[in-house]
Amino acid sequence: MVDYPEGKHGEGRKGITRRSFLTSMGVGALAVGASGELLAAPPEAEQAVAKADETTRVNLLINGSRHTLLMEPRWTLLYVLREQIGLTGTKVGCERGECGACTVLINNVPRYACLTLAMECEGAEIVTLEGLMKGEDLGPVQQAFLEHDAFQCGYCTPGQVMAVEGLLRKHPSPTPNDIRKGVSGNLCRCGAYAHIFKAARRAVELKAGKEVSGGSKS
Amino acid sequence: MAANPDKEKKVETFPVPDTPRPGEAPQPWGKTRFVGKPLPRVDAYELVSGSAVYSSDVRLPNMLYGAILGCPHPNALVKRLDTGRAEKMPGVRFVISGATPEANLKWPYRQWRPPKEISGKLFDPHCRFEGDAVAAVAAETPYQARDALRAITVEYEVLPFVVDERKALEAGAPPVQDEGNLVQTERYERGDVAKGFTEADLILEENYRTACEIHTPMELHGCVAHWEGDRLTLWESTQGVFAIQSEIAAILGLPLAKIRVIGHYMGGGFGSKLQPGKYTAIAALLARRAGRPVKLILSREETYLMVGNRPPCNMRLKAGVKKNGTLTALDFSLLATGGAYPAGGTALVDWQVRDLYNCPNVRIESTDVYVNAGPARPFRAPGHPQGSWALEQMMDALAKSLKMDPVELRVKNVPTVSQGRDGQPPYVTSGLKQCLEEGARAFGWKDARGKTGKPAANDSGKGDLRRGVGMASGLWFAGGAMPPATIIIRMFSDGSVNLNMGASDLGTGTKTVMACVAAEELGVPPESIQIENADTGTTQYTRPSGGSKTVPTESPAVRAAAIHVKQQLLSMAAEELKVDPSDLTLMDGTIASRSDSSKSVKISALAGLKKRGVIIGIGSRDPDPAGKIVNPFAAQFCEVEVNIKTGEVKILRFLGAHDSGRVMNRLTYDNQVFGGITMGIGLAMTEGRVLDGTQTGKMLNRNWYEYKLPTALDVPTELVSLPIELLSPEINTTGAKGLGEPVTIPTAAAIANAVYDATGIRVTASPISPMQLCKLLSERLKEG
Repeated sequence: MVDYPEGKHGEGRKGITRRSFLTSMGVGALAVGASGELLAAPPEAEQAVAKADETTRVNLLINGSRHTLLMEPRWTLLYVLREQIGLTGTKVGCERGECGACTVLINNVPRYACLTLAMECEGAEIVTLEGLMKGEDLGPVQQAFLEHDAFQCGYCTPGQVMAVEGLLRKHPSPTPNDIRKGVSGNLCRCGAYAHIFKAARRAVELKAGKEVSGGSKS
Repeated sequence: MAANPDKEKKVETFPVPDTPRPGEAPQPWGKTRFVGKPLPRVDAYELVSGSAVYSSDVRLPNMLYGAILGCPHPNALVKRLDTGRAEKMPGVRFVISGATPEANLKWPYRQWRPPKEISGKLFDPHCRFEGDAVAAVAAETPYQARDALRAITVEYEVLPFVVDERKALEAGAPPVQDEGNLVQTERYERGDVAKGFTEADLILEENYRTACEIHTPMELHGCVAHWEGDRLTLWESTQGVFAIQSEIAAILGLPLAKIRVIGHYMGGGFGSKLQPGKYTAIAALLARRAGRPVKLILSREETYLMVGNRPPCNMRLKAGVKKNGTLTALDFSLLATGGAYPAGGTALVDWQVRDLYNCPNVRIESTDVYVNAGPARPFRAPGHPQGSWALEQMMDALAKSLKMDPVELRVKNVPTVSQGRDGQPPYVTSGLKQCLEEGARAFGWKDARGKTGKPAANDSGKGDLRRGVGMASGLWFAGGAMPPATIIIRMFSDGSVNLNMGASDLGTGTKTVMACVAAEELGVPPESIQIENADTGTTQYTRPSGGSKTVPTESPAVRAAAIHVKQQLLSMAAEELKVDPSDLTLMDGTIASRSDSSKSVKISALAGLKKRGVIIGIGSRDPDPAGKIVNPFAAQFCEVEVNIKTGEVKILRFLGAHDSGRVMNRLTYDNQVFGGITMGIGLAMTEGRVLDGTQTGKMLNRNWYEYKLPTALDVPTELVSLPIELLSPEINTTGAKGLGEPVTIPTAAAIANAVYDATGIRVTASPISPMQLCKLLSERLKEG
């Protein structure tokens, strides 16, 4: 059985502890960097409280690139990725942590971007579907999904791919049951689960270096 | 710029089938190179890389975000609306409502079977279902738009409601529409049912119910609206761009030519995206008023209320059968609801009873009623899974009473003509018997049946687990041609190919199938074919993708367009080689004379093509053969394990045997079969809208947490797809029948039959939740 010590819906390993979340909510935007390296909170700002629609400068590390944005404390990572930065590979399905279409990796752990405030992610390493690409070539999990037709409409696919990627980073040789549990937080209304399981098994091989062929577009 | 010879990409070429002369019908394909093979999708790279842009991904410069205020009551009059506070909020640009002059528009609700229409308003002062639009806002961010909705004050006169269709016709039930709560009653009769029952050796009668299901495709309903002068462009998550164009044109009073609808990628529809929503018109109105693009995507909760459902259905079926298994009479009555407006609440629920098995005497009475709930929309095989739930459980019960194998009982009653239609025309092909017999063999049906009902082998001593097997069959009412369909294929001077098609690809693999058909005829790899589709501005008119008609309708048009290209190539080459076109053949990208092998020319070397730049092939679709019916057939088999202490059901394995004509792509074919079974598992086991019938009339489970879809842990580990590939040139020139809907018709009934086999308990109301099964198990214990 797969276990995530940090929990899929829990805290990541660095930068996004429950304490820092509460801190940022409680004392306002200036304190968000309390646990991150990028922005130190001046001690005199302790009492400042940000208004709901007041924007604050936040640095995010997404797919290896640093983005500096002005954001409201209530903005979710999902909203910032899609509507502010334009990384629309991450999809919106429910905005309440039920479907997994918005799954991204935060410090290598799959997390729902719809339940993650963007400010919480300062100092964390965020990887989205786009971040699995190697230039124009597909990453191994993406290539495996292509080979096994592991989608229909493709809308849950980014989340499924990220869930498998997160699983394999933690468990390079998962059992079939690990795989089913690993993607059980990601709904697919088209019902492509059987092909997703096959793709995950194929991804294990590709990650291990077997027949890693580029998935470039001809 | 001069081409770099090292970088120049050559299109690989392959042998192709003979080219029929103009006016001649093409021969059926023999051995195929691309069609039917397990080839990856032509758009797989776009889907897995994140480069596919879905309508809800579109971001335009200066774009605003829209949101709709829905009525919180199932039946209420809007007495007063105050938007003043909302209008002054930060980032809010516009608030519109029924009081806004250009938003005072009619909104038609219609059903097609039987035809009926009632018009409401875009912002209706009388909200007859929860979630109906009351006002809408546009703001700089979606957060500000939602803030503004909360700042709008509405005074409602809350009216009495009825949300349970079983109570809609009771005396004193609040009328949903001015005409009362009866939409219509339809009757059908053939033969003499009374006489049929007197001829029967066994008569069984039972009540059944299927719960209301919500489509919930993964991509939310919504659109982006953008005006350039008086021309409106809509990026809509839709199954049919031309349907959106025509309906929005009628609602807004715009010429068709002034509306362009684009839907290149869409994240699932299942019938709920065949038509525009109020959100489409509202986004257009907000965008016009603001002079800026507006994105309006519904929330998940909103999609549970206002963009359709599979109607809840109450059925009673009485069946008569002879000792030898011959059906003598079927008497079927049903009551269902399409919600607060005409929406086909009972449409096609009767079709399995009417058409699936030989039966000379059939009587049907369908009653459709109004309730204060969101209008229904077609949902994958409308009516069919509901009717199948009743008929296929009844067939199972008849077989049990007759001590006959359920497969054998069905095989005895396989029809050759469509009895439900006037004149009883024959099916072009029917693989029902093969689906049943070959499916049973592949599943190991006989062997498995011998081992069920007893404690399971893996039951570590507790004795609580019971194995059971079940099966059901089905047919789909459509699945043939629904013209018009026009396809344009362009071959450029280097031999590369562009395919232009109006149809949307819902995720069924439409684009991939069409690329394979074009590739088969033109001898180029499918992935080299560039496809333009689902854009009213640049592609050709077609009906929405639905009814499992897209592949059987579009693929022959693609084949015809490709042949038209080849005919032009041959006549061009004939001129250049100075031979008769009938002497020429196209092979591996080269056109050669059959009689004189020295005479040949490569496509890319044709002077005429170089000069013209492009050959345009146009293909269209002939109707299905007159007086014959093109329908797909199915049989599915499953094995379950039931815990008789907890009522939990584990589905261990499933096999789908499907006659949908030619397999066009083996990967996408199997994917459809497994997906249809998965959706049927939802109907059987987990899904059901819950409305508060007594106090508020509101929906109580409007989210994926409380309305449960099958997850990765709910599908069986063993899923088998068995194509029954009956081919006939009469189906069409590619031999494909529809697949997307038949695959979900018999699933739920097959599971119910397996649960019966395991426990001896017939669960007649969906879903078979552990709570319900536990209750039935304990009732049986009490009865002893």
